[in-house]
Amino acid sequence: MRRSLSSVLFFVLLLFIWHLMVRSGKWSVVLLPDPQSVGEYLWGAGKDGTLWQASLVTMRRLLIGYFTGIALGLPLGLLTARFKFCEDTIGVLALGLQTLPSVCWVPLALLWFGQTETAMLFVVVMGTLWSMIIATDNGVRNVPPIYARAARTMGSRQMHTWLSVILPASLPFIVSGMKQGWAFAWRSLMAAEIFVTILTGFGLGQLLHYGRELNAMEQVIGIMVVIVIIGLLADKILFSPWERFLHRRWGTGRS
Amino acid sequence: MRINEELEIIQPSKLAVEQVSKRFRGRSGEVHALESVSLKIAEGDFVCLVGPSGCGKSTLLNIIAGLEKPDSGRVLADGKPVSEPGRDRMVMFQESALFPWLDVLGNVMFGLKLKPNLNNRERREVALFYLKLVGLEKFVHANVHELSGGMRQRAALARALAPNPRVLLMDEPFAALDALTREQLYGDIQKIWEVRKKTIVFVTHNVREAACLGNRVILFSPNPGRIREEFTVDLERPRDINSVALASYSSRITAAPTGFFNGEDVSE
Repeated sequence: MRRSLSSVLFFVLLLFIWHLMVRSGKWSVVLLPDPQSVGEYLWGAGKDGTLWQASLVTMRRLLIGYFTGIALGLPLGLLTARFKFCEDTIGVLALGLQTLPSVCWVPLALLWFGQTETAMLFVVVMGTLWSMIIATDNGVRNVPPIYARAARTMGSRQMHTWLSVILPASLPFIVSGMKQGWAFAWRSLMAAEIFVTILTGFGLGQLLHYGRELNAMEQVIGIMVVIVIIGLLADKILFSPWERFLHRRWGTGRS
Repeated sequence: MRINEELEIIQPSKLAVEQVSKRFRGRSGEVHALESVSLKIAEGDFVCLVGPSGCGKSTLLNIIAGLEKPDSGRVLADGKPVSEPGRDRMVMFQESALFPWLDVLGNVMFGLKLKPNLNNRERREVALFYLKLVGLEKFVHANVHELSGGMRQRAALARALAPNPRVLLMDEPFAALDALTREQLYGDIQKIWEVRKKTIVFVTHNVREAACLGNRVILFSPNPGRIREEFTVDLERPRDINSVALASYSSRITAAPTGFFNGEDVSE
């Protein structure tokens, strides 16, 4: 209670400083709009539905792309950890491409898929996939071998050992890989949406882009706020329950 | 009904180790871990393998477990050659090797889940029976990291007992525990051996521990790993590790390989 109170007070203070800066008149309101006008924009855009529409379009792209990336990355990571051949091929590829910011894929994606949803999905998948492969691979390699030995004495074999020992034992690494993948996907999608207009749907990135074109800084800042809020919510909804489970079971972190 | 069948005290098996040899190629050259070791262990016997580190006693245990293959020779369990791990021969390791993603009950149920003849309610009941036997009934839903070292080894013991194996293979299970906890567990393991009638093979580098627990103490010597001498301990059970009679046994065992134990702490 006391901690949430101090959080609230902190943000009220930030808003107040921002307001004072605008009031000082040092900067043009075109460059630095008042928090109130940002609030008004958000209210208006929420009421006429553009904001919800754009959030929905963006979230759909993000979730489909993200979960595709996870669904591909997890088994590939298991393969690179298990087979030398996969390690020397897919593993090396993943290591290399993970260093490439996935927004770099946008020009190629546009040429290959045109201004379509597929191009957006491709960019998001490229953002998630490689870090997921590397996290899974790393997780498996960090499982103490004694777990698999103990499981074998209890009658666990090949597939069963992988699914009920190696996989859960590497969960701490996998979840942090998923978190990193999420951050990459979210960033790359925003960059892609600002960068190119996709005719099949206007996402948050596009709204932000048009805010800039129209010199409507309250729209730009408003969308930024929404992007932050979605990021925070995703963290709370997607990852917090997992992390709490891991901390409780493994006895790590503060509980 | 099936529960009673499951918890039934089954005939422990006899083990025969025949001419087993094993070499490891390590970074510092070849290690001759075992050289034609032969050993017979009767049904329901409690045998301790003792010797300095590197004498191959743990390797032999792993071979009996089926976790490692000998270069030559073979191990028979009830006359059948051992080729892979099996639930008839359960292993307890020095580290508890409990799975941190499961609670205590989940850990004990892990091996039972691989038995298709039981349903989940029965598995739970069997697991609870063994948790009670090792005195952990109050910690059924505890997480592994919440247990003390001694409690972890009790949980690991319950997990090893749960599939009702004929043989229990223990690889220095108490080596990492403090002295008081260890002494408690000496009493417990003797009690469980008497109640559950298992064949136990117990590896340790602590001679006194071996004399306290085993009916027979097999002394190994290193480079290459061989059986050096064998002792029979016929003291009343339950034995107290601090008793004078036991001390005379352990000093007899320690005295046997004079020259071999130089620089090796065997008495603790």
